[in-house]
Amino acid sequence: MIPGQFVYHRPSSVAEAVGLLASLGEEARPLAGGHSLIPMMKLRMASPEHLVDLGGLADLKGVREEAGSIVIGATTTQAELIKSDLLANRLPIIRETALLIADPQIRTKGTIGGNVANGDPGNDMPGVMQCLAADYVLTSPAGERVVAARDFYQGAYFTALEAGELLTALRVPVPPAGHGFAYEKLKRKVGDYATAAAAVILTMNGGTVATCSIALTNVAPTPLFAEAASRLVVGTSLDAATVKAAAEAAKAIADPATDGRGTAEYRREMAGVMVARALAKAESRAKGT
Amino acid sequence: MNEMVITREQREARLEGMGCKRKRVEDIRFTQGKGQYVDDIKLPGMLHGDFVRSQYAHARIKRIDASRALALPGVIAVITAEELKPLGLHWMPTLAGDVQAVLADGKVCFQNQEIAFVVAENRYVVDDALQLVEVEYEELPVLVDPFTAMDPDAPVLRPDLDGKTVGAHGPRKHHNHIFEWTIGDKAATDEAFNSAEVTIKELISYHRTHPSPLETCQCLASFDKVKGELTLYGTFQAPHVIRTVASLLSKIPEHKIHVIAPDIGGGFGNKVGAYSGYICAIVASIVTGLPVKWVEDRMENLSTTSFARDYHMTTEIAATKDGKVTGLRVHVLADHGAFDACADPSKWPAGFMNIVTGSYDFPVAHLAVDGVYTNKAPGGVAYRCSFRVTEAAYCIERAMDVLAQKLGMDPADLRMKNFIRREQFPYQSALGWEYDSGDYHLAMQKAMDAIGYRELRAEQKARQDAFRRGETREIMGIGVTFFTEIVGAGPSKNCDILGVAMFDSAEIRIHPTGSIIARMGSKSQGQGHETTWAQIIATELGIPADDIMIEEGNTDTAPYGLGTYGSRSTPVAGAAIAMAARKIKNKAQMIAAHLLEVSEYDLEWDIDGFRVKGNPERSKTMKEIAWAAYNAPPPGLEPGLEAVNYYDPPNMTYPFGAYFCVMDIDVDTGVARIRRFYALDDCGTRINPMIIEGQVHGGLTEAFAIAMGQEIKYDEMGNVQGASFMDFFLPTAVETPHWETDHTVTPSPHHPIGAKGVGESPNVGGVPCFSNAVNDAFGFLGSTHIQMPHDAWRVWEAAKRLGLHQ
Repeated sequence: MIPGQFVYHRPSSVAEAVGLLASLGEEARPLAGGHSLIPMMKLRMASPEHLVDLGGLADLKGVREEAGSIVIGATTTQAELIKSDLLANRLPIIRETALLIADPQIRTKGTIGGNVANGDPGNDMPGVMQCLAADYVLTSPAGERVVAARDFYQGAYFTALEAGELLTALRVPVPPAGHGFAYEKLKRKVGDYATAAAAVILTMNGGTVATCSIALTNVAPTPLFAEAASRLVVGTSLDAATVKAAAEAAKAIADPATDGRGTAEYRREMAGVMVARALAKAESRAKGT
Repeated sequence: MNEMVITREQREARLEGMGCKRKRVEDIRFTQGKGQYVDDIKLPGMLHGDFVRSQYAHARIKRIDASRALALPGVIAVITAEELKPLGLHWMPTLAGDVQAVLADGKVCFQNQEIAFVVAENRYVVDDALQLVEVEYEELPVLVDPFTAMDPDAPVLRPDLDGKTVGAHGPRKHHNHIFEWTIGDKAATDEAFNSAEVTIKELISYHRTHPSPLETCQCLASFDKVKGELTLYGTFQAPHVIRTVASLLSKIPEHKIHVIAPDIGGGFGNKVGAYSGYICAIVASIVTGLPVKWVEDRMENLSTTSFARDYHMTTEIAATKDGKVTGLRVHVLADHGAFDACADPSKWPAGFMNIVTGSYDFPVAHLAVDGVYTNKAPGGVAYRCSFRVTEAAYCIERAMDVLAQKLGMDPADLRMKNFIRREQFPYQSALGWEYDSGDYHLAMQKAMDAIGYRELRAEQKARQDAFRRGETREIMGIGVTFFTEIVGAGPSKNCDILGVAMFDSAEIRIHPTGSIIARMGSKSQGQGHETTWAQIIATELGIPADDIMIEEGNTDTAPYGLGTYGSRSTPVAGAAIAMAARKIKNKAQMIAAHLLEVSEYDLEWDIDGFRVKGNPERSKTMKEIAWAAYNAPPPGLEPGLEAVNYYDPPNMTYPFGAYFCVMDIDVDTGVARIRRFYALDDCGTRINPMIIEGQVHGGLTEAFAIAMGQEIKYDEMGNVQGASFMDFFLPTAVETPHWETDHTVTPSPHHPIGAKGVGESPNVGGVPCFSNAVNDAFGFLGSTHIQMPHDAWRVWEAAKRLGLHQ
């Protein structure tokens, strides 16, 4: 449980950081909260020769509203997300999710950028960002490009992020006021990754679902946007048969592995149960009940 | 001026003696982060060592090449079995009469087994060097399932035992067989089953888990080449035994070995035995002449040092139709891993498993235990229990529920019907124990009344009906358990470790001013001995507990003792403390008589001193007597006021308790929510009710963890699964249920202060109670037994098997 040797860099601007990452190449890793990377280094499952600490980059912190979107700086910690009034009002699902990540100590260090960029299928925010149709801003010495969260994840720990690129911000479209939301996470204990989890954002028009978006966490090598399940519930009153069908559609795209949390079969079934429960909670919130 | 008159109550209260909820004195340093643990000790020139470990569960080692590691700057040595061979230290004896490879001798038998010990100038270089040691393996067939261990074609795990048909505990039936241990009247038991009206039979498995103390196993060895003396700091639950073993193995005379156990961050049985790390650190220090520290990391701790349980118990009960038990027959398949390193008293290869008749009056019983080798880590230690007592309690308590279900009887009523009655104590059990005392009916009734047992059963019935009607997806379980522990090992007639009788000891020294230093052969790992031992002395000698310093863990100063595990400290060391105090009190009485110029027979004890019978104004306090002991002792009496006692207990003690758990299970997720947990404990005389409550909370939390998911699991290749706290279930405050505690008091008739020990009762009683609650929830659907652990996915699978997900 002792990391190997590495060179520590602490750039003072984003330009300097991406310059370092680009010039050092594959042997360099950006360091944000460190709660994924440092344990991997201690286990010698990762042995980067260079760590580029993002802690000195004030530009990467903070939550602000910008033209109908919320922009979240990559090194904003989970604790800061929880404290943000802006998020609590506009994107309460982010606060609800952050409260289910790890424990208070880790949330004080762990960042949203690290959570979404690492490509760990166990992380909670990637699924939520897919649910919210968020965009990620990727910065390199060549400039910025934007990749949708729904297109970002390629496999466990494989993402669209290229060597020398840094995820610097998340842009999240704000759902209409009064939308329903829920992040339902089944886990063994505080601090655990999800056995299965589901994020739901929906709007209601009278007794009918007007829009709906569903995504899943930790039931496949990547987060999953459950497109078919989302579409199934639009235009319905979320009757029992519809909820069951949505759960089945979500289970159909799930591809979990057997692990300490349960068998693949169990975890797939739980993806369905979480979807059903998240839909019920989101509906109840949308109706203000 | 008004003279302050102190009442008798005030005099008694200021002693903070037995029965007082005295705050833990050790917490002053622990809560400030000022504890001194092994890893806090830093000696000049200290080196660090750690192990190259096997990636395979079973393989021949073809080659070890340490040249690249040795070339790394800062690396001092790489020790393999070849280096230990000339010293005869490549194998070591285990407490169970087996031998264990200190470093793999040509082959490895479990994943993460120690292969080489790398010593370097700092911890970073050690880990760098570990990556550079090359080991070439030839994989061998792996044996994981204990039920196939004795198949004719099962792989040979221990070629070192080739041709050894008799082991430490009798004949071996197979190359992977360790021992068979039987007790009880087989013919009479078989007859009871042949003529039984009702019988049940169930395979009740208690899965492999781990004590997982927060502080892992560690040591710091420092050999002084000039003096030829070894100082060994370590996380030792039994420091004196470690010194004796170290002397026998290293040939260093025992008086030249100084074993020091500083503050210990939890033991739970994990820190009783001897580990490769101790031997290698000692050898490395002798070779280098420098101090060498070895500190396990979490994965090493969970995957290599001393697992617990792994008992597979085929259990049968014979009974009459109206629910009177007539016989018990149990066969245990015990998975010991690659080496039998159980930490049991030498003559007890299956510990005190023969307490399996529990709290019930079985006229006949028979127990057979077969120990087998598998490609798993060695151990089999008593994780917060007396030796194999959790296994026994789980076995009988689960089986009694199975019987109740078959008879259609309420499980509490079945227990009441079969309890050993108060007037039967001292009670001779069918499997050889003499239960010292108990009042089971009283305790059970008090517990049932407190929890509202009949009302809960009525509620459960209503909820079952609602579930059947489809109105709820939750089912309710009520766990009932009544356990009897056997602790306080033990009487020299049947208990020893490597030939040393399992007594314990205390030395009490009163200073001239009346303050005290006292030392014991026990060693606290969190039990609070510095607090409670002082309370016993305070009551016995009338000196305030705050004026008494307790010291343990230094073998140079403490009297020889067998250490702290198996709830033995209060029954054995606690008795030694009382007996040593009474020796002092006898001498004090002579001094007081001299000072008061009366016969000692004219004196009587009164809280904190002696007074003249019939003339209470004439008295001498213990403090006054202490001063006189050093300044004006009676003529002919030697000065000073101190005593030592070595206590050989006449019998074990038998704490007991009634536990109830109320649980709601979501059948769609398998998640169980504990609604209530009520624990009534009878540990005899209660020394510190606050510490008892803390012990019960801790033990119940560990029981909750074990029953509901804590597990050391292997895949079919023998790869250990989930050996980190990401997967190994340690509940946090969020998951931990609220505990309701209660008690009755049945003092032990043979213990000087009537105390029985309590630290392990909650684990012994807790595990079956949680498991019985889960099983009780599913019972109305036709399920008889669901194996532990009851983590959500397994509970969900049980629900699925019963067709609840249609």
